[in-house]
Amino acid sequence: MSTSIDRFDERARREVDRIGQTVVHRGELLRHPVYTRVLHWLVAISFILALLSGFAIYAPWLYRFLTPMFGGGPTTRLLHPWFGLFFTIFFFFQFLNWFTPMVWNKDDTRWMKRIKQYSTNEEKVEPEDVGFFNGGQKLYFWTIVISAVLFLITGILMWFDNLTPRWVVAASYVIHDIAALIMLAGFIIHIYEGTAAQPGTFRSMTNGTVTERWAWTHHPGWFRAVTGRDPRASYERERRRMADRERAMDQWERDRDTRDQV
Amino acid sequence: MSNPRTFQIQEISAHPGPVPGRGTQRAIQVCKYIDVTTCIGCKACEVACVEWNDHPFRETTFDDTYQTMPSTEWNYWNLIKFAEDERDGNLMWLMRKDQCMHCEDPGCLRACPADGAIIKYENGIVDFQQENCIGCGYCISGCPFDIPKFNENTKKVYKCTLCSDRVGQGLEPACIKACPTGCLHFGTKEDMVQIAGLRAKQLQEHSGFAAAGVYDPPSIGGTHVIYVLHDINSPERYGLPKTPVIPPSYTYWKWIAKPAGLLLAGLGVLAVFFHRITIGPKLEQPEAPLVDTRPDPVEAKRKEQP
Repeated sequence: MSTSIDRFDERARREVDRIGQTVVHRGELLRHPVYTRVLHWLVAISFILALLSGFAIYAPWLYRFLTPMFGGGPTTRLLHPWFGLFFTIFFFFQFLNWFTPMVWNKDDTRWMKRIKQYSTNEEKVEPEDVGFFNGGQKLYFWTIVISAVLFLITGILMWFDNLTPRWVVAASYVIHDIAALIMLAGFIIHIYEGTAAQPGTFRSMTNGTVTERWAWTHHPGWFRAVTGRDPRASYERERRRMADRERAMDQWERDRDTRDQV
Repeated sequence: MSNPRTFQIQEISAHPGPVPGRGTQRAIQVCKYIDVTTCIGCKACEVACVEWNDHPFRETTFDDTYQTMPSTEWNYWNLIKFAEDERDGNLMWLMRKDQCMHCEDPGCLRACPADGAIIKYENGIVDFQQENCIGCGYCISGCPFDIPKFNENTKKVYKCTLCSDRVGQGLEPACIKACPTGCLHFGTKEDMVQIAGLRAKQLQEHSGFAAAGVYDPPSIGGTHVIYVLHDINSPERYGLPKTPVIPPSYTYWKWIAKPAGLLLAGLGVLAVFFHRITIGPKLEQPEAPLVDTRPDPVEAKRKEQP
């Protein structure tokens, strides 16, 4: 990344963070600053609109179902390229914002090898080589980068089809579809992981914060980096604390029973 | 479409002799047959087309040929193409009337994503329904003959209708009516194929065009506009593709891969749903009891103090 882009990115982050705010309570960590959250939702909204309007045109079985949402077939066709253009523009800024933490490294390759254990919840707490983003998140990010480039190129070719040879348009349409299907697959997993699969994650994109417990569970490397504490030790201490509380509770209940008998 | 024979008279009361027309067959497949060898390039068909379809007179492009404009336009559906060719060292002027071919397997219709924007009648005419057209232009890339044309103002695509409005009233298309040399014919597909074949044979045997033949490309199931060409082996000389094909993205991809993709996406949703049901969520560790109604021990102890 060139320094001018870095400077732009820094300034945008600073400016947006000054307008909005993130309240971090005790026992919480700042996960996503305002700038990231705003970008994420701009990307999400434009992507969902592009996805729905695109799938209206994608398949005859969805055409009658989805086009009324956008005011009929002609307006769906008119709006879809614009939704797509906004998606690529917003995602471009997210790309600049996230390029550094998304760089692939050996830890991510290791994470990929453990993907079966990850998805079957075999490991309750992630190993410490998982940093701010895990391998799956990085894979999704780079899938979107490649898809967005393909969307943009093939989309423009189809948008200005009077300037494009017939076979190029026909081929673009297939590539556009493949990119959309791959992104849809990632999107389904993304929504699931961000909500039902990992309670406590969704708030990182709304409030911008997560609990420390969430951090040492899912991103222990990042936990260490921001708190300076050992994630495994913190987890063990919390576990002991909860066990102590449990024991104290039982003791108190026993004491009460004895007193009642007296 | 109703059976065209439904209202054919079968019996007549008190009628002496056989029922008139009894047993006649009615072919419903229509066809335009163009004999390029007798075209004189008068462009009467172009004018008739513009007049019948109520198109305005539009600006043309002069590009040092006799051709009115380089290609058909959204409001100029019929165009004589002038190609300068050579035969025995002499100039041979090939004039071919260009318009929609009304393919039996229409690429425009295969490509179209809008429900009801392109229809094909049983008589073989392929017609655009502009009120359902969304202007995506897929039909343009689906057509092997470069016929559908986009209108920037209405954002719709237009092309030759084979005068479906006239044909529906039992009339021949406007271009046919205007042709002064009889190079244009209109009738049933069977009849047109037959007389075109006879004409090709005549050209082979009497006019020295040994390669003369009928252009009715089987790669798209035949067309409802057929030509007799001097040289059937190189239709490119007339600006016609030798083997017109529909891009596979509008055939195999659209009707096999696309539904398969949708099905996979549906399975993906089911997969994550059942992941939640069977394997369940990854909770923050250590897991706190979901509902803890018991009082806090410290707080409880404090309350007990007298």
